[in-house]
Amino acid sequence: MIETEFTPLAASLGGALIGLASVLLMWVRGNILGATGILTGFMQPSSSADWAWRAAILAGMVTGPLVYLFIAGEFPAIQVPVSTLSMIVGGVIVGIGVTYGSGCTSGHGVCGMSRLSPRSFVATLSFMAGITVMVFVTRHIFGL
Amino acid sequence: MQLIVIYVIGLIFGLGISISGMANPAKVLNFFDFAGIWDPSLIFVMGAAIVVTAPGYFLVLKRPKPVFGNGFTLPGTKLIDRRLIGGSFTFGLGWGLAGFCPGASLPVLSTGNPDVLIFTASFIVGIFIARFMIQRSAQQRDAATTS
Repeated sequence: MIETEFTPLAASLGGALIGLASVLLMWVRGNILGATGILTGFMQPSSSADWAWRAAILAGMVTGPLVYLFIAGEFPAIQVPVSTLSMIVGGVIVGIGVTYGSGCTSGHGVCGMSRLSPRSFVATLSFMAGITVMVFVTRHIFGL
Repeated sequence: MQLIVIYVIGLIFGLGISISGMANPAKVLNFFDFAGIWDPSLIFVMGAAIVVTAPGYFLVLKRPKPVFGNGFTLPGTKLIDRRLIGGSFTFGLGWGLAGFCPGASLPVLSTGNPDVLIFTASFIVGIFIARFMIQRSAQQRDAATTS
């Protein structure tokens, strides 16, 4: 376990920018800003125009941390309290879960909740429950 | 022109993820560790995102169509079924193991952090496994109905 500092201002600013990007994408192109959906469509696009906008937004996304580096003088902190095995197994499970659940934190948690979709509300409660259970089990039952 | 605007939108998202702490597994996992070293920061990420997105969507979706394109692409299904709940719960379990979710890991690929690369590669494998399983069960269903 790694203790982390409570950072409400950075969290709110970051969240507001995530929200701003979501609104802009809906305004400009009429799409939900969901990472799972954008990536899945990028890997199996329906047309070249469909691929192009997904490539553009993904290219923008990876530029974000570089702008952060330019402003803050360092990359955003990435502290990993879990093993490489957890990263691999967790990653595969995330990929399976978001595909069956049709979305992740950005698509259901931000965009879907914001348009008051009952489906996204249920999905968000479900993945919040899943992560809470897993953190409790790994930390307080297995003591990892 | 459209692609440049969309690139900038992606950049705003990536910067937001970077500032928010969503791409820091220690912070994410501590948020859900209510019984341990709780860090409440993440509720501010989701809270602020929704505070901006909900009224923004309300205004944007009242328009006849987006700036580029013919209409808004919104998920049509309203179905709340086992697949939605089970899939989302499963995603949560994986998120709790790794500490990354897809939208947080994709932007920070550019940091070159090895854990980010491993997670992202693994979740892409997971997406293809799930798509294969979904396709196969659909084929089996088709075969059962045609025979």
